[in-house]
Amino acid sequence: MYQFEYHRPRTLDEVTALLARLESPKILAGGMTLLATMKQRLAAPSDLIDLQDIKDIAGISVDAKNVTIGAMTRHHDVASSKDVAKAIPALAYLAGRIGDPLVRHRGTIGGSIANNDPSADYPAACLGLGATIVTNSREIAADDYFRGMFETALKENEIIVRIVFPIPVQAAYQKFPNPASRYAMVGTFIAKTSAGVRVAVTGAGPGVFRMTAMEAALAKNFTAASIDGINAPTEEMLQDMHASSEYRAALVSVMAKRAVAAMLG
Amino acid sequence: MNAIDAKKATGIGASVRRKEDFRFITGNGHYTDDINRAGQAHAFFVRSPHAHATIDAIDFADAMAAPGVLCVLTGKDVAADGLGGLICGWMVHSKDGSPMKTGAHPVLALTHVRYVGHHVAVVIAQTAAQAKDAAELVNVSYGELASVTAVGDAQAPGAAQVHAEAPRNTSFEWELGDKAATEAAFRNAARVVSMDITNNRLIPNAMEPRAAIGEYDKGSGVYTLHTTSQNPHVARLVLSAFIGVAPENKLRVIAPDVGGGFGSKIFIYAEETVCVWASKKVGRPVKWVAERSESFVSDAHGRDHQTHAELALDANGKMLGLRVKTIANLGAHLQLFSASVPTYLYATLLSGQYDLPAIYCEVDGVLTHTAPVDAYRGAGRPEATYVIERLVETAAREIGMDPAEFRRKNFIRKFPHQTPVIMAYDTGDFDASLTEACRLIDYANFPARKREAEARGMRRGIGFSTYIEACGIAPSAAVGSLGAGVGLWESAEVRVNPTGSVEVMTGSHSHGQGHETTFAQLVSDRLGIAIENVEIVHGDTDKVQFGMGTYGSRSGAVGMSAIQVALDKVITKARKIAAHVLEAGEGDIVFEDGRFSVAGTDRGMAFAELALQAYTGHKFPTSEIEPGLKESAFYDPTNFTFPAGCHIAEVEVDPATGIVRVVKFVAVDDFGNVINPMIVEGQVHGGVAQGIGQALLENAVYDPDTGQLLSGSFMDYCMPRADDLPSFDVGMTVTPAPSNPLGLKGCGEAGAIGSPPAIINAITDALGIRDIAMPVTPERAWRAANGL
Amino acid sequence: MTVVAMQVNGKQVSVDVEPRTLLVHYLRENLQLTGTHVGCDTTQCGACVVHVDGKAVKSCSVLAVQAAGSQVRTIEGLADGDKLHPVQAAFKEHHGLQCGFCTPGMIMTAVDMLRRIPKPDEATIRHELEGNFCRCTGYHNIVKAIKAASEVL
Repeated sequence: MYQFEYHRPRTLDEVTALLARLESPKILAGGMTLLATMKQRLAAPSDLIDLQDIKDIAGISVDAKNVTIGAMTRHHDVASSKDVAKAIPALAYLAGRIGDPLVRHRGTIGGSIANNDPSADYPAACLGLGATIVTNSREIAADDYFRGMFETALKENEIIVRIVFPIPVQAAYQKFPNPASRYAMVGTFIAKTSAGVRVAVTGAGPGVFRMTAMEAALAKNFTAASIDGINAPTEEMLQDMHASSEYRAALVSVMAKRAVAAMLG
Repeated sequence: MNAIDAKKATGIGASVRRKEDFRFITGNGHYTDDINRAGQAHAFFVRSPHAHATIDAIDFADAMAAPGVLCVLTGKDVAADGLGGLICGWMVHSKDGSPMKTGAHPVLALTHVRYVGHHVAVVIAQTAAQAKDAAELVNVSYGELASVTAVGDAQAPGAAQVHAEAPRNTSFEWELGDKAATEAAFRNAARVVSMDITNNRLIPNAMEPRAAIGEYDKGSGVYTLHTTSQNPHVARLVLSAFIGVAPENKLRVIAPDVGGGFGSKIFIYAEETVCVWASKKVGRPVKWVAERSESFVSDAHGRDHQTHAELALDANGKMLGLRVKTIANLGAHLQLFSASVPTYLYATLLSGQYDLPAIYCEVDGVLTHTAPVDAYRGAGRPEATYVIERLVETAAREIGMDPAEFRRKNFIRKFPHQTPVIMAYDTGDFDASLTEACRLIDYANFPARKREAEARGMRRGIGFSTYIEACGIAPSAAVGSLGAGVGLWESAEVRVNPTGSVEVMTGSHSHGQGHETTFAQLVSDRLGIAIENVEIVHGDTDKVQFGMGTYGSRSGAVGMSAIQVALDKVITKARKIAAHVLEAGEGDIVFEDGRFSVAGTDRGMAFAELALQAYTGHKFPTSEIEPGLKESAFYDPTNFTFPAGCHIAEVEVDPATGIVRVVKFVAVDDFGNVINPMIVEGQVHGGVAQGIGQALLENAVYDPDTGQLLSGSFMDYCMPRADDLPSFDVGMTVTPAPSNPLGLKGCGEAGAIGSPPAIINAITDALGIRDIAMPVTPERAWRAANGL
Repeated sequence: MTVVAMQVNGKQVSVDVEPRTLLVHYLRENLQLTGTHVGCDTTQCGACVVHVDGKAVKSCSVLAVQAAGSQVRTIEGLADGDKLHPVQAAFKEHHGLQCGFCTPGMIMTAVDMLRRIPKPDEATIRHELEGNFCRCTGYHNIVKAIKAASEVL
């Protein structure tokens, strides 16, 4: 890791001030990705701004319509929240499948979606549930937020404050982990909402994406059979030493069908 | 506790809880990285980013100017100081009688780099972080060259050459067996089963990364090396006699607590050599600790064979002959045992458990632009077992015979049995372990379990592996005749203290095997003293005179046998002393349950009393019997030992995803006599996990175009995790080894040797296919299940 | 350099370190608590697990400055004097360790696991160990030890 200066502000205003003043700062949330990247010397920020003391951006609240999760909320807290488990069990389930228990004690939802790793789990939930990403300056719909591999709609020095998940009628997440890293090789999140069905896929492509053909088929007939033959475009899938694009495309269908089956009980 | 109870609780055959555990479970172990020497500096190695390149220039002026930097050393400095290169300790000859070929292996690369990770320079600084910071400032001008990494490509016309000294990248073309007899067997065969078999490349990944601290004492001229070694004496010998970094009598090597080895810590690497050498140059102790990403590129890898094998059968399913051609990847440089692993540790086991009248094996050892390949848990024997057990299972299926019955039909049943490939099996009962394994897995009801799985949409299969291996690697004269540069005996010294407590200095080294417990059990059992009063001392060349170290499952059969012989000498001398003290004839002295007594009387003395008498020397003639009680032994066995057994795996494959789940795994092993069943079972568990890792998860992959190691971290190299594995069902059968006084065979590697073919045989059974390559990743299984 | 103060195994400590110092190095190099190990550089192996404010984390992926003001417990602080923690005792009793290198992290993870899930079944234990590698034991006896500890805790 290269040298850097460390800051631990107590308010968002202090954060914005630091971001404006410092040379090439980075925000440190849980650090599960950033610190690993810095250890490999693939990132060299001049300063780290640690958000852990900014209390009003952590925590979970649930009302009749939404589950709202503060950006600094740890994966473990989402996974073990009784309120989340009651309102959107698939979201708690997904959070409990990120990394391992030790990573879940540190990693945060804000950090995860700010980074937008193409094989991260949370982006699937955000896109699948049609969440709203609330920053210190605006609200961004998930459909507009994720822009491909490690790219988001966040502007420079914009900070995620919370994520608002509309409570669906029902939802499910099915993850096929990479055997080595345990990141999602394919993760499919399906939500049945009053407005229709949403199917979001992570891990398979260069960024989280929706399977609109599956959504249409499921809206008509919510059965696993109805999405038979609806395949993710092989040519757009990732390919690496662990899985070909063809295999990833096939897994998208399998995971989607299993998610549907899980929802049908 | 009296002596008899002590023997039951802590003697041979008891599952004694380990003496070493307290320090490890409380965080009080002393691994090399836990040790810090006053004034120590830290080394960081500049490594090649290229698979193959010339080193045109090294500019380290900026690095020298960086904060905390003490010096930067390169291959030129190594050459200027006249250090010898790293060595291979086993000479193999080609069919034509010519010795194996390879290029020089300087401690730091001098003119060329030959694999990604090759050591080019070292930066030594006040702190580890400063050394790493400065290493980035070392500017090496490379002239990039074409590379070859895949075992199958090395000999191709036009392939990039690793060393000019080894044309066609071929170090040796070796053979074993009777070619003519084997050809004749194939001519007479009713059926020939042939297969192309790949044994995937593995990275050992002991959890403790390698580390070293070199230290030079100016006053005495003595160097001390703390290092993560499985064999500190061999390290000292190689560092002094071959590399010449320090005279043997001025070099102390200490291998303290070592966090796993699995072979990778046998070898003498550049890093520890540099730490010793540089400590004098900088006048401070020099410490180096590998980062895991360095371990991936520069620890010796394992396996990496490509084989064509054929099995000849008569019309009744009796084996007639075996013909094998293997190309073995040696990597860019030959390491300490590199040449022996794919030859004498491989082809000599190709007879398996079978009465095979004729075997002929050819092995080409090839050089590639990859990290050196050397012994990894099993070393040659897993590769042999994989070839024979895949062939046997496939043959059984193709002739429509039950795989267990086919094996039974061909088992060796009379001992001793001379195989056509050097080994003389001295004992065994292969049917017994097969039968017990079938019972444990409930083989008879497998069809019902398969049907039940099918109803759930899962494909279930069962696979056998009846393996044999050779451990102990001995006797010395035999291994010498096969090319070993050293003898492979072991030493022990038993020091009885005046109070009757005992210290045992052993040349074996424990890095997870629990020697401090099992070796103490032997002493407790033989001398009838409490195990708490026995201390096992190992891993320090100042304390133990010499030793060959721990690898090849040899610590029990060879290391403990040496202790046994030394104990015999102690008892013999003690009996003489007892005769004087008890005023009886030596022939009337009985030593039983920790007590010397005069036969037929109530006169006697406890072992501790005898020990005190030995040191006071008051009651025996010291002109005839020297005072004191300390004996040593160098024990050379009469033969290899032959652990054997049967592993059976049951798997379920999900055809939709290709996920393979090991649902049952049974291992029944014949390790001869067993000192501590708990520890032996633990060795089986760990070995089987590594074997399942090879079969399903682990794969070292180099990019064929760039020569980069693609599986260079745990993000891509799939280590077995707890949820990848089932609990194992371990059983044992016993035929004591006749070649050593304790009847031990060795248990350290069997799990890794026996299990991979069992898994693959189960998967091919589940999917109804002939073959599938290791590791069976989900995608490979998915393709096979769906005919893609 | 920056002064980093925290409570480690119940004792207040304070050391001047570079901000880039990882918690594991702070513990090992500055406090000589070498029971916590470093087995990888990609946040996977779990040899470095300690408890920060009661939760198990990988100390190779936490900066010491991030833990400033926290309560940290390492393997050295687990036993109650000479009395082993039940998880430590179970690892010894059930041969849940061989080379011992992964053991401190494994035990710290297991203690945290049993805090959250008092009576885990075998599948749960195996799943919960996702972040801890062991190369020696094949996990068989680690799972057994954790199960046994759960029965006495």
